[in-house]
Amino acid sequence: MKRFLTAVSFFVGLLVLWQVLYSLKLWSPVLLPAPADVSIYLSEAALDGSLWTSIAVTMKRLLIGYIIGLIAGVPIGMATARLRVLRDTVGVLALGLQGLPSVCWVPLALLWFGQTEGAMLFVVIMGTLWSVILATETGVRNVNPIYVRAAVTMGSKRLHTLTRVILPASLPFIVSGMKQGWAFAWRSLMAAEIYVTILTGFGLGHLLHYGRELNAMEQVIGVMLVIVTIGVAADKIFFSPWENFLHRRWGTSG
Amino acid sequence: MTLQQELAPTAPAKLVVEDVSKTFRTGRRVVHALDRISLQVAEGEFVCLVGPSGCGKSTLLNIVAGLERPDSGRILADGAPVAGPGRDRMVMFQEHALFPWLDVMDNLMFGLKLKPGLKDSERREVAMYYLRLVGLERFKNANIHELSGGMKQRIALARALAPNPKVLLMDEPFAALDALTREQLYGDIQHIWQERKKTIVFVTHNVREAACLGDRVVLFSPNPGRVQEQFRVDLPRPRDINSAELASHSTKIMRALKGHLPATEETAE
Repeated sequence: MKRFLTAVSFFVGLLVLWQVLYSLKLWSPVLLPAPADVSIYLSEAALDGSLWTSIAVTMKRLLIGYIIGLIAGVPIGMATARLRVLRDTVGVLALGLQGLPSVCWVPLALLWFGQTEGAMLFVVIMGTLWSVILATETGVRNVNPIYVRAAVTMGSKRLHTLTRVILPASLPFIVSGMKQGWAFAWRSLMAAEIYVTILTGFGLGHLLHYGRELNAMEQVIGVMLVIVTIGVAADKIFFSPWENFLHRRWGTSG
Repeated sequence: MTLQQELAPTAPAKLVVEDVSKTFRTGRRVVHALDRISLQVAEGEFVCLVGPSGCGKSTLLNIVAGLERPDSGRILADGAPVAGPGRDRMVMFQEHALFPWLDVMDNLMFGLKLKPGLKDSERREVAMYYLRLVGLERFKNANIHELSGGMKQRIALARALAPNPKVLLMDEPFAALDALTREQLYGDIQHIWQERKKTIVFVTHNVREAACLGDRVVLFSPNPGRVQEQFRVDLPRPRDINSAELASHSTKIMRALKGHLPATEETAE
C-alpha cells in the first residue's frame, strides 16, 4: 500500500509540475498544451470511440505478431542451441537481425504486402522473433546438464526431456527474451504506424501522426500517454506474473 | 500394481561389471579412466568405491547408471545387459540436481509420473511416504532454494528412492555438506538402506565415509583406473563414523591408498 501511495504521489507531482510549467507560459500553448486540454481530448476520443478502435487495431497487430514470433522463436531457439549447424547459420542470422531495428523492415514489408495488416504483422514478428530465438538459445545452453542427467535416469526421454526439463530450466532466460521481444515489437509497430498509412486499420500511431498534421499537440500527448499506459499495463499483466513465479521458485531477489 | 506392492521393498539387484574399459581424449591427452574393470556387487550389498581423483570411480558409476557407454565390456543388472538409463538404477549426484522450477512434492512426482501403472493419487501417497522416510514431509510445498544443503540432499535421496529402484547409485552425495549434516546423513542412509533393501554403489574420496557405510570398500588406483584392493568391513550397524573400530579399518584403507599415490599429485578429475 505504501509503495502504491508513493507511486501515485510521484505521478500526481509530475502532473502538477506540468500544470505549473503551462501556467508560467514559457512556451506557446500550441507547443505545450495544458493537462486539462489533453484530458479533454482523451475523453472526447474515448466517447466517440476513435481511441478504442485505434487501441484495438494496434493491440491486435501487436498481439498476433508477438504470439507468432513467440511460437516460432522458442522452438527455433531450442533447435539452434542443440544443433551446431543451426547455431552457426540461423543463430548468426538471428544475432545479426536482432541488431537491425525492425522498423528498417517497413519499406520491404510495404513492397511485399502493400499497405495492409500483413506488412504490420511482418514488422512486429521481425521485432519479436530474433530476441526470442537468441534468449531461448542462451537459456537452453545454460541449462545445467545435471538436470537432464537426473531426468533421464528417472525415465524421461527426448520430447519429455525437452518440454519438461530443458524448457522450464531455461525459463529465466526465455522470459527476459520475451520482454525484450515485446519492447522491440511495440517500438517498431509504433514507428511503422506513425510513418506509414495502413489502409486496413487506423492504429494508435496514426492517431498520433494525425495529431501532428493537425497541429493538435493535446492529441499527440494524449496518444503518447495511452501508449505509455499500455506499455506499463502489459508489463504488469503479462510479465509480472512470470517474473514473480521465477523469483519465488528460483529464489532470486524480487 | 497396488500401492502396497509399490511401497514394498523391491528385491535388490545383483550387479556384474564385466571387463569394462573407458578412455577419454581431451585434446592431445588420453586418459585411461577405466582399464578392464571387473567387479561384482551382491543383492542388497552396500559397496563403496574410493580412490583419488581421476581414478575413474565416477565414470564407472555413470556407466552402471547407463549415462555413459563403456568402450568395451558390459554391465549386467540381474543378468540383463545395461543399455541405457533405467528406473531400476537411480542416481544421486554430488549436486542435488533438484529442479528449481518445481516444488519439493513435484520434484518427487517427476519420476513417479513417468512410472506407469499407478493412479496420480497413489503417486502422491508414494511421494509422501518417501518424504516421511527422510523426515521432511512438512516441506512438501517448499521451494528448493528455501531448503538447506542437507535438506536438499535428503529430498534428492527421496526422489531417487521414489520409483523404488533395485539399485541406488550415489556419486559423492555428501561431499558438499558440512561435517555435522554429513554425520546425520550417514545415519539416515544406513537406516534407509536397511529399511528399503537396496543394492547401493557409493562413490567417495573420503575413506572414513566409505568404511562407515560400506559392507565392502573397493579401492581404485588411477591412470589407468583399476581396482587396487578390496576391503570387507564387518562392523555392526548402525555405525558411528567416530568409533575407534571404524578408525582402524579406515587407517588400513588409507595406508593402501597412500601407497599407491603417484609422486606428483594429480588432481585432474
